Amino acid sequence: MTEVAAAGATRYAGRRISRVEDARLLTGRGTYVDDVALAGMLHACFVRSPFAHAAIRSIDTSPALALPGVHFVFTAADLNPGAREQWHTAVGPKSPETPRPPLAEGKVRFVGDPVALVIADSRSIAEDAVDLVEVDYEPLTAVVDYAHAEQAETLVHENHGSNVIGEIGGLPAAALEPVFASAAHVVSTTIHQQAYAAVPMEGRGLVVDYSRSTGELTIYAATQSPHEIRLFCSRLLGLPEHHIRVVMRDTGGGFGQKIMVQRDEMCLMLAALKVGAAVKWIEDRRENLLAAGQSRHEHAAVRMAFAPDGTIEAAQIDFVSDCGAYPTPWPVGTAAAVGMLFPGPYRVPRASFTTKSVYTNTVGRVAYRGPWQFESLAREVLLDIAARQMGIDPVDLRRRNLLAQEDLPYKNPNGMRYDSISPLETLEQAVEMLGYDAFRREQADARTTGRYLGVGLSTYVEPSTPGFGSYATEGATIRIEPSGRVNVYIAGGSSGNSLETTVIQLTADALGVDIDDVATIQGDTALTGFGAGVAGSRSASMTAGAIRETASILCDRIKAIAAHKLEAATEDIELSRSRASVRGSPTVGISLREVAGLAYFEPSSLPPGVPAGLEASARYTAEAGSIWVNATHLCTCEVDIATGAVKLLRYIVSEDCGPMINPNVVEGQIAGGVVQGIGGVLYEHLAYDEDGNPVATTFMDYLLPTATEVPIIEYGHIETPSPGPGGYKGVGEGGAIGAPPAVVNAVADALSPFGVTITRLPLTPARLVGLLDDCTDR
Amino acid sequence: MHELSVQMTVNGQARAATVEPRLTLADFLRDACHLTGTHLGCEHGVCGACTVLVDGAAVRSCLMFAVQADSTEVTTIEGIESSDGELSAVQSAFRDCHGLQCGFCTPGFVMTVTAFLRDQPDPTDQEIRHALSGNLCRCTGYQGILKAVHQATGGERET
Repeated sequence: MTEVAAAGATRYAGRRISRVEDARLLTGRGTYVDDVALAGMLHACFVRSPFAHAAIRSIDTSPALALPGVHFVFTAADLNPGAREQWHTAVGPKSPETPRPPLAEGKVRFVGDPVALVIADSRSIAEDAVDLVEVDYEPLTAVVDYAHAEQAETLVHENHGSNVIGEIGGLPAAALEPVFASAAHVVSTTIHQQAYAAVPMEGRGLVVDYSRSTGELTIYAATQSPHEIRLFCSRLLGLPEHHIRVVMRDTGGGFGQKIMVQRDEMCLMLAALKVGAAVKWIEDRRENLLAAGQSRHEHAAVRMAFAPDGTIEAAQIDFVSDCGAYPTPWPVGTAAAVGMLFPGPYRVPRASFTTKSVYTNTVGRVAYRGPWQFESLAREVLLDIAARQMGIDPVDLRRRNLLAQEDLPYKNPNGMRYDSISPLETLEQAVEMLGYDAFRREQADARTTGRYLGVGLSTYVEPSTPGFGSYATEGATIRIEPSGRVNVYIAGGSSGNSLETTVIQLTADALGVDIDDVATIQGDTALTGFGAGVAGSRSASMTAGAIRETASILCDRIKAIAAHKLEAATEDIELSRSRASVRGSPTVGISLREVAGLAYFEPSSLPPGVPAGLEASARYTAEAGSIWVNATHLCTCEVDIATGAVKLLRYIVSEDCGPMINPNVVEGQIAGGVVQGIGGVLYEHLAYDEDGNPVATTFMDYLLPTATEVPIIEYGHIETPSPGPGGYKGVGEGGAIGAPPAVVNAVADALSPFGVTITRLPLTPARLVGLLDDCTDR
Repeated sequence: MHELSVQMTVNGQARAATVEPRLTLADFLRDACHLTGTHLGCEHGVCGACTVLVDGAAVRSCLMFAVQADSTEVTTIEGIESSDGELSAVQSAFRDCHGLQCGFCTPGFVMTVTAFLRDQPDPTDQEIRHALSGNLCRCTGYQGILKAVHQATGGERET
């Protein structure tokens, strides 16, 4: 943490600074999208398909329109012709996207597919009217089982000609056959993960407000990326970008689900132009679980070849993922990442992969925290199966193969070049924190009394901070106001990532000012420069870069003004505690307030060539394609073999995100991700029946972890600086990547005396009891 | 639709309105009283984000009709800090312990914990977890929340 703080002493980065977001959020004074109320605002509610696959024969809107308080009932014929372009900036206009009619046109393709949009005086009237819209459906055979979608006679999208969206592969498996044929040990299995989802506590939502007289559209949104909404909307509606303003002050969690505009939001944008009043759409929980998207539904056949001592000689993965009917965005690239990252943080000399993404008549696949986490799940579960088969302790098997710092840089066999990571070091730290050998003794003792304890671990490496396309830059504007107080303008926005606090910490250090002198303005496209939003674990590094670039301009200017005033050399001026003083003579100085007064009010007193005012904007460009970050997760559990209940006992994360800007924020991000991963293994299942009916559309059926199930999470930090600004790395997603395999491995370890092999999630009590019933050793 | 009159005291202020019988207390607070700190996370009584105090008892305002709260005293998140803006002990503990991230579930947690600690000032870790089990959070993994409740009791966190 020297680079960002170069202008002054580092006082705030690295410290557990209290969050500036909290004062409003703790007192009910946040502004989430549903808190926005505009004069004359109307309310929207969707008519959604009750069928997984059906032809729409006719829609009769007249009974709904007859209800007092109903203003419009839009169908595809009303809204869809208004859609011009509909591509996401991060993937570009040439991506082979699934055609996305805003409202279903001719056919519905999943339960929840939006068919009509009612606009009424209140949400309750709109909901009443939804029940009055008469849609005549002709049910069709639905493609529900994604594993057989390729062979299904029914096509989800006829025009695509196949239920396979795309396939990307690496080295052909045949090339590795000689290695597998001659290996001392070959271990293979097929691992299945169930569908689960981001499930932010706040659903999606928009308020759209179009002025016909000015041609200006204002959108209040629950989003991770206000600038992306503006760009997308400008292309969708053909409105100039600068006539659209997108505002988000507070968003109630996103986890990937609120990065990209989906069909529902398109409908609101299109309706905005027709209604002549502000319109609010707030997704309820049922809609969120029906229509906001799924993730994680996938399986793969995986195989590894080992030398006699357990050294990995080759790795192979053949991966298939369910992408539902309307994946957003094109999912084939993410699938390829599963293949490319499968070798993980290990010395793997050879690898092959295939990936296949398929359509089904279920809700579309969307981004979710660690979108390619299956590579870690599959690899780490396979490694534990291999360890058991070879009779090697799972920690020892990893020790023999993990990359250590002296191996770096290291190019994995799929061409991914790792650097600035510490896989072996995090493993050793986690093992030490647990007291692994002592736990093994405790486990052995417990088994003699009929108690089944287990320990599981996982080690992963992930690319954070994508450095390409719209993600490649981040801008900041800093205004040191005439009073010497500082405002920082950055795209950001509060969606749970503590970006306001982060920005204030970094700016205070970069300018050498007191943190109380800094405020930040975020989440409003009218006030902030373009930023691609909260995605790809990019915010820490990119924000630090943007602030560094901008603050350095102002530091130079402050020093020049102070040096001129103090009759000292510019290079002798130090900025600290909101003062510019002469190095070695701390009493000789001038406050930032006085510098600002000169800069704004006495321009003639400024040194030659120094512009008036203390405002600057600059933009940071990422120097690398990604910043690698790694961790080891280790957990212990007890399984009740009578009931199948799993109790997690200890949970340890040793991570290397480089220097921490705020340890509270880092640990909070890890904890949130870990508990989402625990939920995915033990509780959460966005399940469908065989006809494609969703069966988890309330929180009584879709089970989130609660305070009664979570273990205390213990953190270990290894600090290997990245090559990026401040040495920082991204830490938002890793928890959700590392946790699932660690939990699966712990449960499998607990049940290892019974010869149970776990290859299918979630690990519900019923599944575990079933596995135990099937094994003969019980 | 037939409407009924309702009156209640909300955060010490008298409120009276004529409402549809189907209007929930949550919607009454948010739309009629403009107290938008009470959040709706599921509208079926599981997530606890809409928790408020009705005559001192923590209730899910999405499961109660406004007319059922007639003649009661309601406290929402906006009524928890002192009149000079000082955070309550529970609010301060959440802030100190990183007990919130996106903040959407936070008002419900603060209300639940406020009522819980009033009735049970010296709870065990198990009792705290049980008390929190009706409130869902998706950001924090409950780590900072558990820590905050322990801090608000004045006790050390049990591990």
